[in-house]
Amino acid sequence: MSQHESWHRRLLEHRSALFTVLVTVGISIGGIVEIVPMFTASAGADTLESVTPYTALEQAGRDIYVREGCYNCHSQMVRPFQAETLRYGPWSRAGEYAYDHPFQLGSRRIGPDLHRVGGKYPDAWHYEHMRDPRSTSPGSLMPPYPWLLDDTYTAADAEKSVRALATVGVPYTEADIANVATSVSEQSAGIVERLKTAGIQTEGDKEIVAMIAYLQRLGKDGKAAFADSGVPDALARPEEAATAVALGGQP
Amino acid sequence: MSASSPSSSLSLAPPPYDDAIVKKFVFVTMLWGAVGMLVGVILALQLAWWPANLSLPWTTFGRLRPLHTNAVIFAFTGNFIFAGVYYSMQRLLKTRMWNDTLSTLHFWGWQAIIVAAAITLPLGLTQGKEYAELIWPIDIAIAVVWVIFAVNFFGTIAIRKVQHLYVAIWFYISMVVTIAVLHITNSLAVPATFTRSYPIYAGMTDALVQWWYGHNAVGFLLTTPILGLMYYFLPKSVQRPVFSYRLSIVHFWALVFLYIWAGPHHLLYSGLPDWAQTLGMVFSIMLIAPSWGGMLNGLLTLRGAWGRLRTDPVVKFWAVAVSFYGMSTFEGPMMSIRAVNSLSHYTDWTIAHVHGGALGWVGMAAAAMLYWLVPQLYKRPLHSVQMATAHFWIATVGIVLYVVSMWVAGITQGLMWRAIDDAGQLAYPSFMDTVIQLIPFYWIRLIGGLLYLGGFLLMGWNLWSTARRTQDVPAGAPAV
Repeated sequence: MSQHESWHRRLLEHRSALFTVLVTVGISIGGIVEIVPMFTASAGADTLESVTPYTALEQAGRDIYVREGCYNCHSQMVRPFQAETLRYGPWSRAGEYAYDHPFQLGSRRIGPDLHRVGGKYPDAWHYEHMRDPRSTSPGSLMPPYPWLLDDTYTAADAEKSVRALATVGVPYTEADIANVATSVSEQSAGIVERLKTAGIQTEGDKEIVAMIAYLQRLGKDGKAAFADSGVPDALARPEEAATAVALGGQP
Repeated sequence: MSASSPSSSLSLAPPPYDDAIVKKFVFVTMLWGAVGMLVGVILALQLAWWPANLSLPWTTFGRLRPLHTNAVIFAFTGNFIFAGVYYSMQRLLKTRMWNDTLSTLHFWGWQAIIVAAAITLPLGLTQGKEYAELIWPIDIAIAVVWVIFAVNFFGTIAIRKVQHLYVAIWFYISMVVTIAVLHITNSLAVPATFTRSYPIYAGMTDALVQWWYGHNAVGFLLTTPILGLMYYFLPKSVQRPVFSYRLSIVHFWALVFLYIWAGPHHLLYSGLPDWAQTLGMVFSIMLIAPSWGGMLNGLLTLRGAWGRLRTDPVVKFWAVAVSFYGMSTFEGPMMSIRAVNSLSHYTDWTIAHVHGGALGWVGMAAAAMLYWLVPQLYKRPLHSVQMATAHFWIATVGIVLYVVSMWVAGITQGLMWRAIDDAGQLAYPSFMDTVIQLIPFYWIRLIGGLLYLGGFLLMGWNLWSTARRTQDVPAGAPAV
């Protein structure tokens, strides 16, 4: 250490309060510059007309998705590269996540991305996959989730979720909240019916039904947004994608 | 340390520091470290061999992985930092902690939070944001306990007997302030039930706030406080002054200012606005300079002490810890470059990177500090230098197996995902093909993790034996 009293020592190292204030200022600037603009309309998500809030049943399924920690192995973010759009479908846009609390982008694909999984497989496929992942996907590392087939959710609980989400800004109306039980029973009956035609007997209040509702919804609004703007599904590819392909060195 | 002792008021003994609290934090560091690493080994086995998920809800990978990350970050690293901070700040400020009751509340409050986390996470009670999974009642408890710690911390600074604040204290201040800001901002949520809540932020904003939090938890919990500990314990261990005071000033302020901007590098190619992604990338690259400033100041302080590298395990552990810090802080900025990130993101390369930092920097620094600190606390030599040296080699081989296998796995899978054949189609259209390819590397990683855990348990035994070895204390030695 220097033998001399430096300016830093004189000004700061003897004054703990001033030092702490300067540290606080130092760590605040970056966060303010990056985060605050996200709350303004222009810099935030591009709003997509086709994107609507999850139904109460889908949200109940999403709560199960979060509970089981699916995000530890599955992403929900298709990047704008040719290899990704070929594998999964159109790249993910900010507006698609408008009603996601919390976001579930993930950080590791131990399994495949799920942001375009909605409509990719029949309901019965998801039922079997959750019961025994290797029955539909030989070689899979995924653990089986047999309890989803037996455990039940309740519409009352889903209503609590919808109410809290309305508080944080998801545009559920009072009518939507009052209608949760009806909406849940109608949508779950449809899934139970489709499973029945595939030879699977279950009841509408099983967790697997909510989970299927959520998974089948994933990415549907986003794909519809691309269709609205006239971009063919498989060719959805912005300029960045071309750059990324060039960087990847593959045609 | 008995205040009633007639000699204590007359002697020139050092001030009666509170070392009992330090011993407590050391004990739980070892306890939770072993638990966190054991869960990590179980996860490694689950990826190599799925039946290890046991088909039970509370033992699946998706529920246990947050337990592993929270345990090693907040339980192991948190308690390790608190042990070092309580020991060093009392000596650097030449005063006992301001309030012993607050120290005790901090200790037991933090342990209660850890126990609550260990119960709730396997039950699937989570907020679903990485490294911020704990449910809202526990989040409130964390904020309260952190404020208790902060009040005691700044109270101790206020009653200090030396005017000057040593560089280690600067780094501790940055941790206390930043972790509070990050935790409170990222945890704002509206409860639906006692165990479920929804963040006030939506979609990409939630993602940005989360990674601003996540990256700076790495910055201000896993990096700056440990640099502070390095600035105290490394020079103490080798009895040499810090290489450069000026360098410590420059790299401290640069680190404090630059780190906070880097979060968006976790969201490259996402729906986040391009300007924010670019800021994240650019500031990440700039971070190399202050990070390497810290590494160089640490390594160059060892100048003239290199002879002890062969004989003293403390020096061995510091040298490797600081070297891994340098490696990780080069690798991280590199992975923040868009072109590199397009390959590395979502692969095991990221897992390799975090474990280079966690096992190499945090874990080895903890060992370096503890092998020096525990003999000081108990006033007796380390039980076995040989055993510590064995720990060093076992841990080093473990890290190499872990990191290299995950590098290879990550790059392999990244290349397979993007491979396109001459017809313009995916060369590996089946995702499963890219998964099966990784299984051998998962077994190698498991061996690496087991070695590291084995070394850690060896350290636990060594430190325990040091603390319990009463027969070696010469009669008449001061019972501090």
